[in-house]
Amino acid sequence: MQLSGRDGFGRALLELGETNEKVVALCADLAESIRVHYFAEKYPQRYFQIGIAEQDLIGTAAGLALTGFIPFATTYAVFAAQRANEQIRLAACYNNANVKIAVSHGGLTCGEDGASHQALEDIASMRVMPNMTVIVPADAEEAYEATKAAAEVYGPVYLRLGRTPVPVHTQGFGSFEIGKARKLRDGSDVTLIAAGVMVDKAIQASELLAQEGIKASVINMHTIKPIDTDTIIREAQTTGCIVTAEEHSIIGGLGGAVAEVLSESIPVPLVRVGTKDTFGESGEPEALLTKYGLAASDIVAAARKAISMKKS
Amino acid sequence: MKSINEIKEISTRIKRDVIQLTSHNTGHPGGAIGAADIIAELYFSRMNHDPKNPDKEDRDRFVLSNGHICAALYSALARSGYFPIEELKTLRKINSRLQGHPSRKDLPGVETSSGPLGQGLSIANGMVLGNRLKNINAKVYCFVGDGEIQEGQIWEAVMTAGHYKLHELCLIISWNDIQIDGRVKDVMNIEPIADKFKAFGWNTLEIDGHNLHQIRAAFDLFEQFDNAPTVIIARTVIGKGVSYMEHKPVWHGKAPSLEEAEVALQEIGPSSFGEDLVF
Repeated sequence: MQLSGRDGFGRALLELGETNEKVVALCADLAESIRVHYFAEKYPQRYFQIGIAEQDLIGTAAGLALTGFIPFATTYAVFAAQRANEQIRLAACYNNANVKIAVSHGGLTCGEDGASHQALEDIASMRVMPNMTVIVPADAEEAYEATKAAAEVYGPVYLRLGRTPVPVHTQGFGSFEIGKARKLRDGSDVTLIAAGVMVDKAIQASELLAQEGIKASVINMHTIKPIDTDTIIREAQTTGCIVTAEEHSIIGGLGGAVAEVLSESIPVPLVRVGTKDTFGESGEPEALLTKYGLAASDIVAAARKAISMKKS
Repeated sequence: MKSINEIKEISTRIKRDVIQLTSHNTGHPGGAIGAADIIAELYFSRMNHDPKNPDKEDRDRFVLSNGHICAALYSALARSGYFPIEELKTLRKINSRLQGHPSRKDLPGVETSSGPLGQGLSIANGMVLGNRLKNINAKVYCFVGDGEIQEGQIWEAVMTAGHYKLHELCLIISWNDIQIDGRVKDVMNIEPIADKFKAFGWNTLEIDGHNLHQIRAAFDLFEQFDNAPTVIIARTVIGKGVSYMEHKPVWHGKAPSLEEAEVALQEIGPSSFGEDLVF
C-alpha cells in the first residue's frame, strides 16, 4: 500500500513523542488530515488544539518554542504560508524560534478542494524568510526522515507534506541530510532536479528519455532552503542543462532557487516545470497534474528543450 | 514589595528616560509614557525575575505586544540591571541592541520580538502552556494597546486563553483612546471592552492606569484568580504628565525636539530613583 508524505510525518511525530519529550504538537482543526491525531491520542497533554485560527496557531507555537519546547504547528500549506505569513515572519523567523511548521496539501494534488486550498506560492513565500529551512519530502519514507531531522536542527522549519500516496524512490541513496540533495539516477545529457511528488514524475521521465537515448540524471532536491548549491553546480558542469520540476508555480520556488544558483555560478540552460502563474482547480490529483503541465511527459519535453538550448 | 512612593519615583524615572531617549533619537514617546506606571510596578515590585539570569526557567514574563512603546521597556530593563544604563542612549541607532521595536535576539530581557500589532497575546498564551508542561507556576503578563485589539489575531488568542482557562495570564490594555489616525472610538470603535472579554470567559478589571494603588490592587486580584485569564483594562493618557502630549494622536510616534523635551522633563518632575542620562 502506497503512503503519502503526511502519513510518513504522522508516524515520525508519534515516534518523536516517545523519544523526545520536548516535542509537542498543535493543530488548527485538521488533526486527522495532517495525521497528527496519532500523537494527539497518545500524548494529549502535549497536544494543543487551537481551532480554526492559524495566526494564533503560529504565535502559540512560538510561545511554546520560547519556553524550550519543539512545537510542530500543523495545518494546510496555504493557511500557514499565506494566512499566517506575517506571524511566521515575526514570531518564528525574526525570533529564530524553534518552530516546525508541518503542512499538508501543498500543491495541485490537494485535489478536489480546488484552487483556494492548493498552495502553489508557498515555497516562494517561505524560502524568502531569513532563518527558515524549507523541506519538501518526496515520499512517505523521506517525510519520516525529514520530520525527525527537523526536530534535531535548531530554528524554524517549513515541512511541506504531500496529500497523495506516492511510490518510494528515495531509499537506498544514503541517509537523509538537510541541505544535501539525493541523486537518484545518473546521466550525462540533462539533469532533472525535482522535489516532492514531482520526484516520481522525474524518475518516470528519465525512463522515457532513456528510451530515446537521452541519459538524464535525477536529483531529489528535498531541501529548497538551504539549497544544495554544490550538487547544482556539479550537475550543470556534467550535463550542461537543467530541468526543474515542482508542484508549485515556476515563479520563486525550486525553479527560482536553482536559477539563482546557476546564473551566478554557471549559467546553463534551465527549463522550469511547474504551474505557469495560475491558480489550480478542482479535480483528481493525477488529472490536475496532467492538465497543468506537471506530467512526466512535460518533464520529457522540458528536457528536450533544455538540451536543444544547450546546442544553440 | 516596594512602597507606592518608591514605584512613583521609578515610574517618573522611566518617563524621564523615555523623553530623553526619544528626543535624542527617534521613537514613540506617548504610549511609552502612558505605560510607565504599570511597567514600574511589574518590573520593580511584582515580577519574579533576575536581571543577572534573564533565562531563569521559573521567571515571570512580560510580553510587550505593542512593541513600539519599547522605550519604556528598555528603561525598565536597564534600570533593573539587564544591561548598562548608558546603552539606553543607543536607542534606534545602527548596530544598537535597542532596536526600534523589540528584538529578542539582540537584547537580554526581551521575551519576544514584537512590533506588528496583535501577535503578542498568542505568544504569551504559548508561554503559559509551556510553563504548565514544565510544572512551572509563573505568571505571564502581556501588554497591548487599545487600538491593537482591532487586530483579529488578538481575539483568536483571547478565545484560546479563555478556552484553556489560562489563569496564569494577565493581559493589560492601555486604554488611551488614541491611535495614529485619531481617537479609537472614531477610527474603529472597540467598546464595550469589558463585556467582550467577559463573553470570552475572562475575568475583567477596570482601573485608572496611572493610579498606583489601583494598579497594585488589580495585580493582587489577578494573582488570586485561578479560574480564568484576567484582563486589566487600564484607562491611560497618552503622554501622561506632559501637557502638550496628553490626548494627542501625533505623540504616538513623534519624538519631541530637544526644546520640547526640556519642557516635558520640567513637567514630569525629578526622580530620586537613579540619574538622568547625560548626552
